[in-house]
Amino acid sequence: MQALTKRKQQVERKPMTVWEKLYLPSIFKGMGITFSHLFKKKPTINYPEEQRPFSSVFRGLHILNRDEEGREKCTACGLCALSCPAEAITMEAAERQPGEEHLYKEEKYAAKYEINMLRCIFCGLCEEACPKDAIYLSQTFAPANYGRKGFIYNKEDLLIPDPNTDPEGYEKAKGDIGKNIK
Amino acid sequence: MYLLQIDWWIFFEKLILVAVIVTTALVVAMYSTYAERKIAAFLQDRRGPNRAGPFGLLQPMADGLKLFMKEEIIPMTSSKFLFVLGPMLAMITACMTSAVIPWGSTIDIKGHQVPLQISDINIGILYIFGVVSLGVYGIMIGGWASNNKFSLLAAVRGASQMISYELAMGLSLLAVLMLVGDLRMSSIVNHQIANGWNVLYQPLGFLIFFICALAECNRTPFDLPEAENELNFGYHQEYSSMKLGFYLFAEYINMFISAVVMSTLFFGGYDIPFVNEAAWGNHWWVGLIGFVVLMTKAALFIFLFMWIRWTIPRFRYDQLMNLGWKKLLPLALVNMLITAVVILLLHK
Repeated sequence: MQALTKRKQQVERKPMTVWEKLYLPSIFKGMGITFSHLFKKKPTINYPEEQRPFSSVFRGLHILNRDEEGREKCTACGLCALSCPAEAITMEAAERQPGEEHLYKEEKYAAKYEINMLRCIFCGLCEEACPKDAIYLSQTFAPANYGRKGFIYNKEDLLIPDPNTDPEGYEKAKGDIGKNIK
Repeated sequence: MYLLQIDWWIFFEKLILVAVIVTTALVVAMYSTYAERKIAAFLQDRRGPNRAGPFGLLQPMADGLKLFMKEEIIPMTSSKFLFVLGPMLAMITACMTSAVIPWGSTIDIKGHQVPLQISDINIGILYIFGVVSLGVYGIMIGGWASNNKFSLLAAVRGASQMISYELAMGLSLLAVLMLVGDLRMSSIVNHQIANGWNVLYQPLGFLIFFICALAECNRTPFDLPEAENELNFGYHQEYSSMKLGFYLFAEYINMFISAVVMSTLFFGGYDIPFVNEAAWGNHWWVGLIGFVVLMTKAALFIFLFMWIRWTIPRFRYDQLMNLGWKKLLPLALVNMLITAVVILLLHK
């Protein structure tokens, strides 16, 4: 019969030599190999204590951004909800009252902003769609929870810490987003 | 008055010995599950359990608790009596073998000579073999009572494997007995203390005995009865909760007892090499040191069992039977023959 490809290999069906039939020499060789593994360095990472670094473009949990003065950037335009393929974002807009200029950047802001983390597929389309640079995906995972309700994150969970009250938290949450862009 | 005529001393001494030895066997079996996981992990370049307690030392407690808390499922069409009996038999025969092993030299408590052995019967080693043969029943009953073709097949394979390897084990043992001349375990140990360890005189016998002990404990490479991939977990497939716990535990106790029996028969039992302990007298701490030495030897054997388990793939059933009948049995016979010839020549 003609071979279909040139990669055919003939299987060796030789009977075992006397040395191989004893089983013992190859067993001892195998045991030596396994024993040497006892003394090798282990590639395990002790998870909560050590963590592997993520790349700067890793798409994790969402963060709602503020500007340098601490005002929320999001204007509840709805482009992120529109572009979300999983329909995970919902929001309700509200008008900025005269006494709240230090809280919100534009006149319209999001009174309620909810992302359902169970629906979110972490694709990053909302980050690409936002015209105000208000939402971006950071480098953390969504932690585990017992019920579905715990996975609906509202605005307070998503907002970045205020740089006026918590500058370290702000810097940490910002991570190295934007630092690698030339 | 009759109460005062009973020898209460022996009663309490034996009771305490039994309690201590059975507890030791159970605790060692429990921690050999932990050791198995740790050693397997280190041999496979990973770490093993290290979260439950420092270095994961409380992991067996967690496992035991988990097994107690699980739901007891008994298949509807199986015989309920036999279903519960199987693991019980396995556990009972596993614990019974520890009765005749000398755990240490005779110690002296307040004028009484207390041998650290629950019973020094004159058919010592034969008793161990008898009880180990009864262990086959545990597997067969478990496989039959599960009402499951795979379990039955696995149980039948397990029984045939255990019976075949008992032959070679008995024959290699015969060669040891020819050297020693007595079946009592304590005289085997005393002979070795006087004349050097049996492994020096019987290296081939030791090898055969070791391989057969692996097969008796259903340990890899002979673990076809409880194979995870081939036979759907084998004879303990239908068992849940503590009955499964008993089967697994009985296997580890069997392993521990095999290790101790091998150290007693071939490696001198509680004897420290190159040290004359009889010169130290009969204090309680001499007995303790002997016990610790025996435990160390058993621990080395258990490590060897585990090392082999995580190195070698499983034997196929026909290869297994081939090895037992066509290779080990003739080899054990040849060993016996050579031993007999040498003894006759040397004692002429």
